[in-house]
Amino acid sequence: MKEVTFGQYYPVESFVHKVDPRLKIVFLIAYITAIFLAKNFYGLAACAFVLVLTVAFSRVPILKVLRALRGIAVLILFTSVLNVFFYRGEGDPYFEWTVFAVYREGLIFSAFLVCRLVLLAMLSSMLTYTTTPVALCDGIESLLTPLKWIRFPVHAVSLIMSQALSMIPILSDETDRIKSAQMARGADFESGNPVKRVKAMIPILIPLLISAFRRAEELGEAMEARCYMGDKKRTKYKKLTFTWRDLIVFLLIAGLVTGVVLLRVYCGGVI
Amino acid sequence: MTITAEHLSYVYHPGSPFAAKALDDVSLTIEEGEFFGIIGHTGSGKSTFVKHLNGLIRLPSSQKHYKKPKAKKGMPSPVVPSLKVGEYDLSSRKTDFYGLRKKVGMVFQYPEAQLFAETVFEDVAFGLKNFERDMKEKETEAAVKAAIEVVGLDYAAVKDVSPFDLSGGQKRRVAIAGVIVTKPEILVLDEPAAGLDPLGKKEIMALLHRLHGDWCKTVVIVSHDMDEIAENCTRAAVFSEGKIVYALPPKELFLKADELFALGLDIPLTAKLRLALLKRGIETDCDFTVDSFVDAVLKKRGGAS
Repeated sequence: MKEVTFGQYYPVESFVHKVDPRLKIVFLIAYITAIFLAKNFYGLAACAFVLVLTVAFSRVPILKVLRALRGIAVLILFTSVLNVFFYRGEGDPYFEWTVFAVYREGLIFSAFLVCRLVLLAMLSSMLTYTTTPVALCDGIESLLTPLKWIRFPVHAVSLIMSQALSMIPILSDETDRIKSAQMARGADFESGNPVKRVKAMIPILIPLLISAFRRAEELGEAMEARCYMGDKKRTKYKKLTFTWRDLIVFLLIAGLVTGVVLLRVYCGGVI
Repeated sequence: MTITAEHLSYVYHPGSPFAAKALDDVSLTIEEGEFFGIIGHTGSGKSTFVKHLNGLIRLPSSQKHYKKPKAKKGMPSPVVPSLKVGEYDLSSRKTDFYGLRKKVGMVFQYPEAQLFAETVFEDVAFGLKNFERDMKEKETEAAVKAAIEVVGLDYAAVKDVSPFDLSGGQKRRVAIAGVIVTKPEILVLDEPAAGLDPLGKKEIMALLHRLHGDWCKTVVIVSHDMDEIAENCTRAAVFSEGKIVYALPPKELFLKADELFALGLDIPLTAKLRLALLKRGIETDCDFTVDSFVDAVLKKRGGAS
């Protein structure tokens, strides 16, 4: 359990860390749109350039960012293999065997797809590397505010999200403690068949559940004791405000999306 | 079983921005039969040290993929941490950690949080069933009964009750019974009296004295309560920032009032009274238990009670 750090926030101070979380979320959405709008390698190159800028100004080690690819390695492999063997192009195939065939277009197209996925995964991980879960929650709440018009309980949902996030490290510590205590009493979590192993978890799960309920109750009482009333005229301790950094980032996004659209119109498709 | 630790160091989350040194070159010997106290404020490394004693935290050299640090020319050869508990060498990978845990019982802070079974009997028997796989039912029952009785509960009244229906103090006793049921040779307790009322504290300490000797040869307690340490321990170690500053009998330790204050620690009431008397020119010579302090004061007055 030691290695469980929720999300993967990388605590340093940098330009990217200081950008407003709302803008970062919008940035990510715009970036994904740009990636899918790009029809050729020029467009992707523009996206890659923005990614490089982001990483450079975030002070997150490049190895950490590359690690994000580990999670989707299988997906990348799968899509590229499928595309290489099943894409039907024009002209003669390089290689043909029963239903499998490798065309020049297939190779190019699968390279294109891989680039897309890699860019996507790396920029998404940049969001979680540079934004604390709490800030992320605030950002989501703020972005969801328009939904209040259709009576969607934005405040309640964001409270649940942020409380769930803050409970994760607490419960993970608790799990650690209970696990140690049961191991000290000779509990064995590592050997035996799957059924046995699941059964071995019971002495951890029951105390954990009890303590989770107890904590939830205590938290509720503490909030009531401080007159918590839902979102009636609540103010924020940390108000999100836009700064010059955000303006730069905004211009960057706008530039990227326009650039990609122009490239799409004037430079044609990848194949 | 003697506990011998040499040059123990431990870092949490090594190599990450969260890295924190919890133990820094700690060497300590705890003899068999001691009632040993461990003092230190939060984050001083005492819990980390204690977790080493039954292998919940392993020495690097006892883990897979361990590489011996190479001696570099011109540099002093690297210190090798070692930890021995009786015949168990915890720095070796081949150590039977399972067997070790049977010999070293560990009661964590707020041990009632580990209760899980449907009945008190089942919960107390948990450790026994883990360690003694082929024990006969009758023997198990006898051992559980003895454990529940030694912690001061009525076996017939509680054995079929859900542990969650008991009071706070009773829950803690059940949890302690669940650890001592295997008759460990060394019993380690992390703040056994935390969060109890004064009477409950007294009862827990009385229980530890009942256990010390016949039931568990060595008792190690981590505590913030200096009165508890002065009253009960044969020796106490003071941890600060991952290092051991002192390891002395209370009689000598609590003479160092200023040093302990500087470390953010307190001294027992008897030591405070001794200092107050000293200011008025009255010297008292005691080992800081309440009894010996009273004796010393009465002696100064020149008369028996």
